[in-house]
Amino acid sequence: MEPVQFVFYAFATVLVLASLAVITARNPVYSVLFLVLAFFTSAAIWLLLEAEFLAITLVLVYVGAVMVLFLFVVMMLDINLDQLREGFAKYLPVGALVGFIILVQMVIVLGPEQFGLDRVADPVKHGPDYSNTKELGNVLYTDYVFPFELASVILLVAIVAAIALTLRRRPENKAMNAADQIKVKRAERIKLIAMAPEKDEPAEG
Amino acid sequence: MLALSDFLILGAILFCISIAGIFLNRKNVIILLMAIELMLLSVNMNFIAFSHYLGDTGGQVFVFFILTVAAAEAAIGLAILVVLFRNRGTINVSDLDTLKG
Repeated sequence: MEPVQFVFYAFATVLVLASLAVITARNPVYSVLFLVLAFFTSAAIWLLLEAEFLAITLVLVYVGAVMVLFLFVVMMLDINLDQLREGFAKYLPVGALVGFIILVQMVIVLGPEQFGLDRVADPVKHGPDYSNTKELGNVLYTDYVFPFELASVILLVAIVAAIALTLRRRPENKAMNAADQIKVKRAERIKLIAMAPEKDEPAEG
Repeated sequence: MLALSDFLILGAILFCISIAGIFLNRKNVIILLMAIELMLLSVNMNFIAFSHYLGDTGGQVFVFFILTVAAAEAAIGLAILVVLFRNRGTINVSDLDTLKG
């Protein structure tokens, strides 16, 4: 077995086991942590495919941002695990059966018969001076510049939507209205009262 | 020597695991969201494998956009989940039947 094959099968085994643990873990916190492991191992497999930029992006964006967000939400919610787990054993046979059937069908279509080495040859490996990031940037900022800008709009919409969804006004929070403060008139703050002058009375006891 | 089919079958295995995960954890919205993330990962694996073996960078550009959309989807989905938990006190899918006639 070649070293690259050994690396691939080692990481693929870890990836499959981690993703199995994601869907079967009893505690959602463990699920999130196994999903982090799955993302790390698939980043390693992407490195084998010479997609260095995307592998690093996967670790930075997914493990660094999205999974931390997941972890925050999972730990913030106080959920009853037993109630959510009910029906797991009941749906296990049908879920496993459907997954297995789809897997067999996909392997028939995507297996070595159609996509083996004799059909799709192994591409030439690039030298050490090859920059995947540079090549990706070359097409991203020329051919795909309009979709690239659309992606930024999608991210902006996601920011606005996430803030708008979770923003709430608490009645116990006291906040000032700056506009009301600025346009306040003197008459609203000071009231002059006409009253008779008071006599000085001797202080008692 | 690794063939293209190795990576495609790995992607297929990941995809089927996440489909089975949606069947198994149909009460827990968090695990459902994580299964969707896993599905997107398997699709990305296919894109990158094809991009490498066919020598076309377009596949990697697609993975870039899928990562963008998946990050947006995760942020909005988790925001909806937090609002849901605040209003209903549960994330059980079978309790979310307010729209049922």
